[in-house]
Amino acid sequence: MSSSSGGPVATATHGDDIGVWGGGALPYAVPSKKLGMWLFIVSDAITFSAVIFSYGYLRLAATAWPRPFEVPSITNATVMTFVLLSSSVAMVLAVRASSIGKVSAAVGWLVATALGGVVFDILHIHEWVGLIGEGVRPFHNPWGTPMFGAAFFTMTGLHMVHVTIGVVYLLVIAVGFGRRKFSAVDVEVSGLYWHFVDLVWMFIFPLVYLLSAKTA
Amino acid sequence: MANMPTEAHVHHHTAPTGFIRKYIFSLDHKVIGKQYYFLAVFSVFVGMILSWLVRIHLVWPDVHIWGLGAFSPTGAPGGVISPEYYLSLLTIHGTLMVFFVLTTAPQAGFGNYALPIQIGAEDMAFPTLNMLSFWVTFLALCALVSTLFVKDGPPISGWTAYPPLSAVGSAAGPGQGLGQDLWGVSIALFCVGSLLGALNFITTTIDLRCKGMTLMRMPLTCWAWLITAILSLLSFAVLFAACVLLILDRNAGTSFFLPSGLLVNGTLQNHAGGSPLLWQHLFWFFGHPEVYIAIVPGFGVISHVLSVFSRKPILGYKVIVGCLLGIGFLSFTVWGHHMFLSGMSPYSGFLFSIPTLIITIPATIVSLLWLGTVFGGRLRFTTCMMFALGFVSVFVTGGLGGMFLAQPSLDIFLHGTYFVVGHFHMVMGVAAIFGMFAGTYFWFPKMFGRMLNERLGKIHFWITFVGVYCIFMPMHFIGLEGMPRRYSSFVNELMQPLMPVHKFMTIAALITGASQFLFFINLFWSMYKGPKASENPWESTTLEWTVPSPPPFDNFGGKHPVVYHDAYEYGVVQNGKDYVMQTDPPGQPVST
Repeated sequence: MSSSSGGPVATATHGDDIGVWGGGALPYAVPSKKLGMWLFIVSDAITFSAVIFSYGYLRLAATAWPRPFEVPSITNATVMTFVLLSSSVAMVLAVRASSIGKVSAAVGWLVATALGGVVFDILHIHEWVGLIGEGVRPFHNPWGTPMFGAAFFTMTGLHMVHVTIGVVYLLVIAVGFGRRKFSAVDVEVSGLYWHFVDLVWMFIFPLVYLLSAKTA
Repeated sequence: MANMPTEAHVHHHTAPTGFIRKYIFSLDHKVIGKQYYFLAVFSVFVGMILSWLVRIHLVWPDVHIWGLGAFSPTGAPGGVISPEYYLSLLTIHGTLMVFFVLTTAPQAGFGNYALPIQIGAEDMAFPTLNMLSFWVTFLALCALVSTLFVKDGPPISGWTAYPPLSAVGSAAGPGQGLGQDLWGVSIALFCVGSLLGALNFITTTIDLRCKGMTLMRMPLTCWAWLITAILSLLSFAVLFAACVLLILDRNAGTSFFLPSGLLVNGTLQNHAGGSPLLWQHLFWFFGHPEVYIAIVPGFGVISHVLSVFSRKPILGYKVIVGCLLGIGFLSFTVWGHHMFLSGMSPYSGFLFSIPTLIITIPATIVSLLWLGTVFGGRLRFTTCMMFALGFVSVFVTGGLGGMFLAQPSLDIFLHGTYFVVGHFHMVMGVAAIFGMFAGTYFWFPKMFGRMLNERLGKIHFWITFVGVYCIFMPMHFIGLEGMPRRYSSFVNELMQPLMPVHKFMTIAALITGASQFLFFINLFWSMYKGPKASENPWESTTLEWTVPSPPPFDNFGGKHPVVYHDAYEYGVVQNGKDYVMQTDPPGQPVST
């Protein structure tokens, strides 16, 4: 992405050696929007960390944490992971296309990315409905400590909210970029968010599903 | 990349003309700063009235308070405050003061107003986000204040909202139904507003400094706002998660903070698997940095003001920056010292005690550097300077109590007593409020183009200064005597000998509170009738004093300032002045 990070380098104009941190320039040579998104990601990552910490805290204290996920569930979650990772690849291609000015290709890849998010959501809701059908509630489940349902729905729910917001965000960017209202930087910034949401899933998938897979 | 920003100054919005875009949904950081400031002024006013009610109830539990019976027929039937309503008032007092005053005015208020001008920017990095943060914070305040008007009144669980009390719902007492829900929503919204504000502050400080404004030339206020923003970004995210879990516990039937077998008022609660300690960890992981979120902007303002009115460069600029960074880092390692009584392992207690004591080292260094800055200076005793000196006094006094509380062996005795109340009010509440007063007297001329009344200001200062010592010092002593906090009244004979001290503190609180009306009068009168302020009434060096009072919409009238000097070049003689503006062209100042 060299074309989108070519910020100016400050030059010392008055005898001081002040370098890039001397003011009048962007020291990280990235647009402010991008820095802002990185900071948002830091704070959002901490929110997820707090929830994941709570899950670990309660799971370690629990005597009988259920391990209900059988092969169909794990398969479904693996497909979800695959869909989400594929959407990240589409996002990379969208950023690349936008940075070299291929507007329609970029819009296409953005829509493909959003579509990946939608498929992920559908598969996930299918999973939720299945579990609810088996009697899992935030306060009850057939297998063990009631906190299983609470932790499952809270962690995956928080993530699903992020994916859904991401889908809307990407579509807004796609339309805006198609109409030349948004720049390639905006596409890249939305990509940062999308990759972050994927990354969070890469923690939730093993922590929620694999650690609770049924063992023989 | 045609529309990629290549300059640090990238603002395309022009001055709005309509009333709504100009004063309500404004994108201008100066207007938003004032909005935050007045939000805090409103909150501090309500919070102060609540503290009066709390103090009155403590010493005269049966007194009929005029109008209160009509305001809350269930909480205060006939105007007599019930024990539960006492806790409700305490909760809203604490929540208002900590979140909507101490967190709001010094950072979002003064920071929003002064940070962009001090670093030579036209606005914050994200003006729309800035407006959004204010309005989210405003909604949060509405949600909190509305608890005073719902049927069962505000929650009784205190500003820390410890579960199980806060998590089990209306079975736990009045206010634990809708009141506690509104509290949770309010604080979650507040977290969002603070996070958006924090990332805006950090980006602004990193990206929008004008040419020549190196990090080490920034006024210490800017450093303080930057460090506070980093603390906000990292800590409010955790409180947000905690609030979400609390709301789920209350409304979705989860049990994150509720253990099994819990009996509340004789009813077995249908919860299992959670831990009230989990809330304490999450809350205090936010809560301790929060203490520094409240006080670090004060450090910045005080460092700034002491240098200006001592006509001396601030002593040890780099050391102060280092100490503030150190305090910021350490503040994330000490949350467990709020939990010594939670039954934690003595080894854990020790582990939390050590960094707590270490944090006093940078705090002490900063305090000594303030004294060193003042020492040998040509002091100008403006009201602003007096509040700055008062800040040093109350901060050191309050801080000394912290060294007792940092030790688990002492804290186990003192934690549940008035010693803690005295300590945190002095070091966090009063000190931060003194920082706000100093900031108000310092920047008022810039913000409103008029001067505050100095005579009224000094009367206000002396009553407040003596008053806060009269209120909060005796709390330390009755705490040492073992008087427990959070009790609504003291009928136990053991406590009767201490009641005269309580009466003294209540009277002091009423007088000190009443003297704040001098400030409110001064504030609103001077805004319209005060003498016109010149461009640089304090003969200060930083960029906000190079522009008219009040500054034009884009701060610098279309020009881009260039900085050649450090922020605190006082005590040098150049062109008949004893200071060098940051924008003065480089020359050879003659030292005195």
